[in-house]
Formats: sequence, C-alpha cells, structure tokens
Amino acid sequence: MANLVMTEDETMLADAARGFLDKSAPVKAFRDLRDAGKTHDAKMWKEMADMGWAGVLVPESAGGSDMGHAAAGVLAHEMGKTLVVSPFLSTAVIAATALRNVSDARAQKALAAIATGDVTYALAVDEASKFNPEATSMVATREGNGFRLSGKKTFVVDGALAGRLLVLAKTDDGLTLFDIPADRAGITRNAQNMIDARDSARIDFDNVEATGEDVMGQVDSAMSVLKPALEAGQAALAAEMAGLSAGAFGMTVAYLKERKQFGTVIGNFQALQHRAAHLWCEIEVTASAIMNAGRMLDEDPDNATMAVSLAKARATSTAQLAVQEGVQMHGGIGMTDAYDIGFYMKRARVGAEWLGDYGYHANQVAKHRGF
Amino acid sequence: MQSNQELEGFRVELRDWLEANCPAEMRGGEASEASICWGGKNFKFETDAQRDWMGRAASKGYTVPTWPVEYGGAGLNRSQEKIFKEEMDRIGARSPLDSFGIWMLGPALLHFGSHEQKLHYLPPIARGEIRWCQGYSEPGAGSDLASVQTKGEDKGDHWLVNGQKIWTSYADKADWIFALIRTDREAPKHKGISFLLINMEDAGVETRPIKLISGASVFCETFFTDVKVPKHQIVGTENRGWDVAKYLLTHEREMISGGGQGLSGGRALGAVLNESLGEGQEMETTLRADAMRCEVDALAIGLTLERYKDQAEAGTGAGDASAMLKYMGTELNKQRHELLMAAGGSDALEWDGPLGNRPADWLRTKANSIEGGTSEVMLSIVSRRVLGLGA
Repeated sequence: MANLVMTEDETMLADAARGFLDKSAPVKAFRDLRDAGKTHDAKMWKEMADMGWAGVLVPESAGGSDMGHAAAGVLAHEMGKTLVVSPFLSTAVIAATALRNVSDARAQKALAAIATGDVTYALAVDEASKFNPEATSMVATREGNGFRLSGKKTFVVDGALAGRLLVLAKTDDGLTLFDIPADRAGITRNAQNMIDARDSARIDFDNVEATGEDVMGQVDSAMSVLKPALEAGQAALAAEMAGLSAGAFGMTVAYLKERKQFGTVIGNFQALQHRAAHLWCEIEVTASAIMNAGRMLDEDPDNATMAVSLAKARATSTAQLAVQEGVQMHGGIGMTDAYDIGFYMKRARVGAEWLGDYGYHANQVAKHRGF
Repeated sequence: MQSNQELEGFRVELRDWLEANCPAEMRGGEASEASICWGGKNFKFETDAQRDWMGRAASKGYTVPTWPVEYGGAGLNRSQEKIFKEEMDRIGARSPLDSFGIWMLGPALLHFGSHEQKLHYLPPIARGEIRWCQGYSEPGAGSDLASVQTKGEDKGDHWLVNGQKIWTSYADKADWIFALIRTDREAPKHKGISFLLINMEDAGVETRPIKLISGASVFCETFFTDVKVPKHQIVGTENRGWDVAKYLLTHEREMISGGGQGLSGGRALGAVLNESLGEGQEMETTLRADAMRCEVDALAIGLTLERYKDQAEAGTGAGDASAMLKYMGTELNKQRHELLMAAGGSDALEWDGPLGNRPADWLRTKANSIEGGTSEVMLSIVSRRVLGLGA
C-alpha cells in the first residue's frame, strides 16, 4: 500500500503554490475575471507554465517538470482553495497524460508546447447531459487515409478558447480519439454561459477532416490513451474539489468565530459546532482518498481505477456538503452575490458533474468490490 | 529503512508461513462477535483450529505484530506492518487474537509503563493467557468520565479500593482489570485519578453481567469492596492517571472505529448483502445505492486509518485523529448493520436464525457510538481542539 503522507517535496510545492496564488489568484481575482466576462487569464497561465505547472506531467525530455500525479493533485488542491481559473486540468493533466500514452514524435512536440504554455487543450467527450464515454455516438467515417467527423459534443470544458481538441468518436470497430486544432473547417463552437463562470462549450462537427496523423494512438482503441487521461483528470479534479471544500470550510469557520448573535459569537453554539466538526471529519476522510488516488496513478497506474473513482466520489459528496453547510452557516449573507461562498457552491456543482458524477464513480467502486 | 528487496523477502517468508500455519477454518467467512478469539484463563476455544491459530501466531509474535520482540511481539516496522495486513487480507485470515489487552492496555503500558511492568504484563497478553477488561465508567460518570468516584485510600504499601464500575465489557470473563481510581479527593477532578491494575481474583472484587438489548451480556457491573491493590500496580504517576486514561482512549477509539469496516472483517458490503438475499432475489435499487455509499465511505475511512498511521510514523500526526475516526467509523458501522438487516429481510429477524445471530450483531453496534466516548463527545472534541470553537 502506498505511503499516504505528503513528501517534503510535495509540502514545499504546496507552500510555493499557496504563496503564488494568494498573491496572484485570490478569490477576488476570480470575481474580477467573472465581472469582466472573461474565462481565461493568459498572463497567469504563462506564469504557471514558467513555474513548471503546465508541464507537471510532461517528461523532462520534452521540457516538462515531470512531478507526477500526486504533485498535480497538490497544485489542483491549492488552486481549488481560491477557485483559480486556469486550463490546468484540461491541458496539463488530461491532454498531457493522453499524449504521454502515445509515443510518436508528434506527441513529443505537443507535450513540449503544453509545458511552455503555448497550447491549450479541451477534451470533447460528452454528448448528453451525463458523462458516459462508452455511449459515444459521434461518427468518424473513413475517407481515404483519413476520416470525416460529424456530430455534436457538449460540456467541453475549456472548449471555447482551447487551441486544440481531443475528440472521441466511433469508428468501424470501436472508439477512436483524435487530436485536432480547434479552428479546423467544419467546427462550430458555442460558448456556454456556465454557473461557475468558466469556459465550457457546445461544439458541432460538420464533416470535419481528420488525417491518420490526428489519431491518438491506435484506431478503434481510444481507451488505451483516454482511460489513463480520464483517470488523471478525475483524480486532479477530485483534488481541486477537496481544495474547494477546504476553502469553503475555512471561510465558514472564520465566520463562526466572528459573527455575533444572542450576545455571543455563533461558534459558541453547540448546534453549529457539531455541524462544523462533522464537516471537518468528512474533509479529513476525503483527503485520504485523494492522496491514495495520486499515489496509485504514480505507482501502479494500471490498477488505479477504483482508487480514482473513490477519490472523485468522496470529493463530490464532501464538496457538496461543504458548500451547503457553508451557505447555511453564513445565513443570509451567504445568499448574496457580493459574498464569495456562493462561488464555491457553483463550482462544486460543476465539478460534481464533470468527468462522472457521484453515481457514476460509486458504481465503479461497487463494480470493483464485486457488486 | 529497508530495501524493497528485503521487504519483498519478508513478504515471501510471511506468505509461506501463513500458508503453512493459518488453518483453512480461520480464513474467509463473515467474522462475528461470537467468533472472536479473546484468550485468557476462562476462554473456551470454538474449535481446535482457533486454538492452533492463536498459538502459532503467538509463537511468531504475530498476535501483536508491531510490539517489540522482548514483550511478545514481532517488532514489525510500518512497512512490514502494511505487508502483514496485506498478506492476512489476501487469504482472508481472521485475527488470531483480539483483546482489550492488545487494543488498549498494551499501547498504554508501552507508553507509560516501566520496563519491569512491560516485561511482566505484556507477554501474557500477546500469548492470549491473560485477558483484561476496562474499569472506566461508573453510574455517575459516563460522558463526564473524569468525575469517577471509586476511591483508593492510601494505606502505605497498598491502596484500599471501594466503589462501583459499570459497562465493564466482559468483566465476568476477564482475569485482570485496568481501572480509573480516585486517589485524591481534594484535587480538581482530572488531577486526582490514578490508573491501577487489579486482579479480578482478589478478595472484594465482584462482577455481575447486565443483560442487553441484544440478548447478550457483554457488559457488566463490577464492585470493589475493600480491595487491596499493591502500590507497584500503578501505571504512570499517582494522581496523573488521567493522562494514561486519555492516551488509552485514543487507542480504544481507533479500535472501535475499526477502520470503518466493523465486524464485516473488511469484506465488501455488497458481496455480503448479495449472499444474504438468497437465490433468485436481486438487490433492490435503493438498497444497492445505500450499500454503494456505505462502501465508498468505508474504503475512505480505512485509508484514513492507514494515512494516520503513516503520519504517526513520520512524526506529523494530528493529535485528535482518534475522535474523528471513532465518530466516522462507528456511525458507518451502524449503517452497515442496518443494511445487513435490510438485506436479510425476515430471515434476519430470528435470534440464531437462518443468518446466524445477525440481529444480535446489529443491536451490538448501537453501542459503538456510545462506548469509548459518544459521537457527540467526539464532535465536541473536534470542534474544541481542532477547530478552536467554543468557550
């Protein structure tokens, strides 16, 4: 069994990340971005790339910092605490992991471009309101040496602004993953007006050309590339949601110590103390599942599925509780747009759905446990 | 730090030893309260296999794998302990010996006891020869444990102990009791308690089982009337017994939490539920959903137990982890047993019925969130010590 304590390197990474984010990306920065109607901060992404975050899963041979999945989780956790908006999950985690599982020169080049922050990716998998990659119906029809892609994708996170798309489509004998530029002829992107004020898009593919070069890995066997990429993304998203839970919880406990009613701070009331204590217990338990998922992806990636699903399921239920308790214990002020706790609630809801909801992942766990 | 090669060598050796020494009857199957091997002078082994398994494990120190070899353990470090657990789980081996001596007194003695005390008391625990019970609660001291009134008068070379303990689990079957005794009536309540070790065979010790809702009588009342306890039978310093009591409670709480898996012995809940449904009956949707949620939580709590052990090993442990684990683990265990009852349907409604004594195990779990500190006391500990809330 993996060691579930943070290493010295990971602790240093977390401290460094916190230091940077407190200065450059407090919740106020997210609010400003939202108020300006923006979903991407290119300058900040460049800074993150310069610190090695964009290349966290890129091999050193391609210019990355290659720190591993547990480290990616550490970064996602810190970003989650202050609701940082960045293409980190889509690009640095999901796309980088997919590309690492493809060993050609083109993938090496793409990984290098990710590490420098020069290219961003979005994963186009969902077609209906629930995550279910196996049920993909978008078709890639053979044409000469290449393919023609037609169909619709939805909830493509970071999809409106990404430079490239990873697209899952049906081929003759299975599913195939394509890596294509987002501006290729026949692609229409419609930005969605998301509750978490982040980039997501509905994307239509109308007879879009894809060459053999654009295929990730082998035709008809998308999962050998996509499965590790999804698991990496799910684990890092779980870490972000754990960070989000910690952020909401921190705000809430601080409020309990400051808000006065009935002549005393409300944190003196046992009814609220026990709710807060219960929430802390849930957060602690989830932290173990997050750590375990990162370690499994680093040490035994072929057998990480259950660990990852456990992390995503726990992170989802914990974040849901953290934001609901957060708003409740703030009382009326928690319902106002001017106060930050509502941002946490909306991000938690989006995180709950992305890459598989609680039911999807609890089912995965149950399958692995034989029922 | 050992090399991976050395650790793998240990694994191979252990696997071979388990293969040769763990009887088939001691592998797999649902562990229930009734099948626990408690040891002690009065213990009646269920089977020869149970006796053999305890004896063989004790001879290797595997009843208390992490205790030092000189005190009856195998001296395993954290990495070896993980391998030990993995290999035991791999073949579904039952714990060869469980007891309050192993779970509670042992850790307290290892921390607070003198070398002589450790040599005297620990090996008989490891060998399953002496069974201990716990004398903590009193009729007037439940959640407010530090207000215990059972008194020990200083008589020079001994204390003269008088009073009553309650909820002394298995006191009628135990050989010795560790007890909180008030040795200074003037001091503030936390500062006048001593932690004494008392032989249950001594004159003046009486015990009476209390019949519980489960039909069993695991809890007892224990009475002390002019019991002479020699001065050397104290653990730690006179009147500082609360420190020992608290330390022991952290171990008790982790034990009760059971890593969230309680009496199901680490088996997947869903698999157990499927078995109890019997042929031709499918798991109904809400039962399956509840079981999934329970399984997710159990696995995460199990990982948390391991994470805290890793932290303790690294010296970065959070001090009040046991309150959290106790709260989460026992609440979950109660849910598990509700689901086991639901899956059993009407077959689970009979004492010693088609599913064994499932209702007794179910009712037993209701004490989990009370004994060793209630769930509410655990939450208060967390909110005060971890969150810094409250006056």
